[in-house]
Amino acid sequence: MLCQDCKKQEAKVKLTQVVNNQKVVLNLCQGCAEKRGFHNPFMGGVFPLSEMLASVSSGIIEKKGSHASSLKCSSCGMSFSEFPKTGRFGCGECYTAFRPQIMQMLARIQGATQHKGETPLPAKVDLASQVKTEQSLEEQLREAIASEDFERAAQIRDKIKVSKLNKKK
Amino acid sequence: MFEELAKKLTPWLLGDGPQAGIVLSTRVRLARNLKGMAFPSRSATEQRQKVLDLIRAALKKSGLQKGILVTSADLEELDRDFLVERHLISPDFMREKDGQGVYISQDESISIMVNEEDHLRIQALKSGFQLRSCFEQVSHLEKGLSQYLNFEHDQEFGYLTSCPTNVGTGLRGSLLIHLPGLVLTRKIDDFITRVSKSGFAVRGFYGEGTDVAGNLFQISNQNTLGRSEEEILADLEKLAQQVIQDEEIARNAIFKDARDEIEDKIWRSYGILRHARLLSSSEVMNLLSALRLGVGRQILDDLSLPIINEVLFLCQPAHLQKYYNKQMNSQERDVSRAELVRSKLSAPKNGGRKRKSKPEEEN
Repeated sequence: MLCQDCKKQEAKVKLTQVVNNQKVVLNLCQGCAEKRGFHNPFMGGVFPLSEMLASVSSGIIEKKGSHASSLKCSSCGMSFSEFPKTGRFGCGECYTAFRPQIMQMLARIQGATQHKGETPLPAKVDLASQVKTEQSLEEQLREAIASEDFERAAQIRDKIKVSKLNKKK
Repeated sequence: MFEELAKKLTPWLLGDGPQAGIVLSTRVRLARNLKGMAFPSRSATEQRQKVLDLIRAALKKSGLQKGILVTSADLEELDRDFLVERHLISPDFMREKDGQGVYISQDESISIMVNEEDHLRIQALKSGFQLRSCFEQVSHLEKGLSQYLNFEHDQEFGYLTSCPTNVGTGLRGSLLIHLPGLVLTRKIDDFITRVSKSGFAVRGFYGEGTDVAGNLFQISNQNTLGRSEEEILADLEKLAQQVIQDEEIARNAIFKDARDEIEDKIWRSYGILRHARLLSSSEVMNLLSALRLGVGRQILDDLSLPIINEVLFLCQPAHLQKYYNKQMNSQERDVSRAELVRSKLSAPKNGGRKRKSKPEEEN
């Protein structure tokens, strides 16, 4: 039997995993098994679940009357039809853009569709928004200097100083 | 790089954790993503770099940074392989992509991969059965970081992850367990069926042929959505306790009904390992399984779990080559592996005086 990943070498490693009562068997050559991290029992390795994800999501797309293949995430630009190939979404917004489809998938692969457990509190100091503020201040500074509005430039420079000081705290 | 790390045995191999005779190691990880940023697979180098900078800053601010942050930019291929074999990063991590990095705590019990499949993969790895303390560690770290970073979270789906198999809690706990008793008493199939029915995944590590290499199995929670962190941990813990109990019963039965045969198997395995001139890694794994069983039953007094773990660890291809400091093909590795095993298994247990002549010529 040939390795199912490279389809070139003889498959010498047989991996079996049982997930929710479904058996997944992978026949791989030594090299491909190592690539997936399966040669090493300590390794987390990649679950052969991707095969299952691909079939569940293709099923949703191919279903009669489904518009899933034309759906696109407005934030990262990923289309739902890309999903079966990669098994990965592009950003958090994808979960909103493809919500009904994801619901169906989660019901199958997770056996649940509603989160239970920890929810985060808003960050006390949001570093990402701080960086954004600084970036926009620096842009404003450049504009002020370009238009020779030096009084405004000085004000903006002070704001940047304060923001940088806060960051160090 | 990592000269300091390379000198010592990674702590989770010390074999000093609870139930270390059956549970080799525990790993718990949390997956998180930063709000409003594309997931790593869909972001350009520049965006990944930004995520890396933010996480670096958050680590520093939260005062949790008692370790090192290594980025793909300052990593050579050999150092990368070293981290993979020490199980601090996943196999393909930091191979091609820029803007990836890993934080490693001083004692190597914590690693945080940045821009792997998700922006953050926070993991704790410990010797033996230590699910709770692993979770406490990752949770503490996650809480620290969340003071400075907002994570993607959805009312319905919980923490959002690149792959929907991790969505919800983003929590995966896994145990590496040694089950020669269940294998020898042919109860392993029942075990696999039972585990998979209860929403867990079980994986055997197959070598060539159909035998499970080294009788090692990994169990982990399959589902991350619809159950709280506490429920996931409690279920996994319950399952593991049951498995440990079953394995102990099976071992007792074997030693009661077939003591001569099993002792013979253990001593023969020891004999082969101490004298063989060619050893493949799967043969070593299988023979070490018998030794591990023997140590657990105080049959092999010269040996201890840390030695067995160390041999298992060093017999991996890249570690073997690093140990001998040269590139080797498969045949050469088998020769060197046999040499390494002989020297390790003949050395005195407590690091006492060194033997002068070649160890394998003694006895």
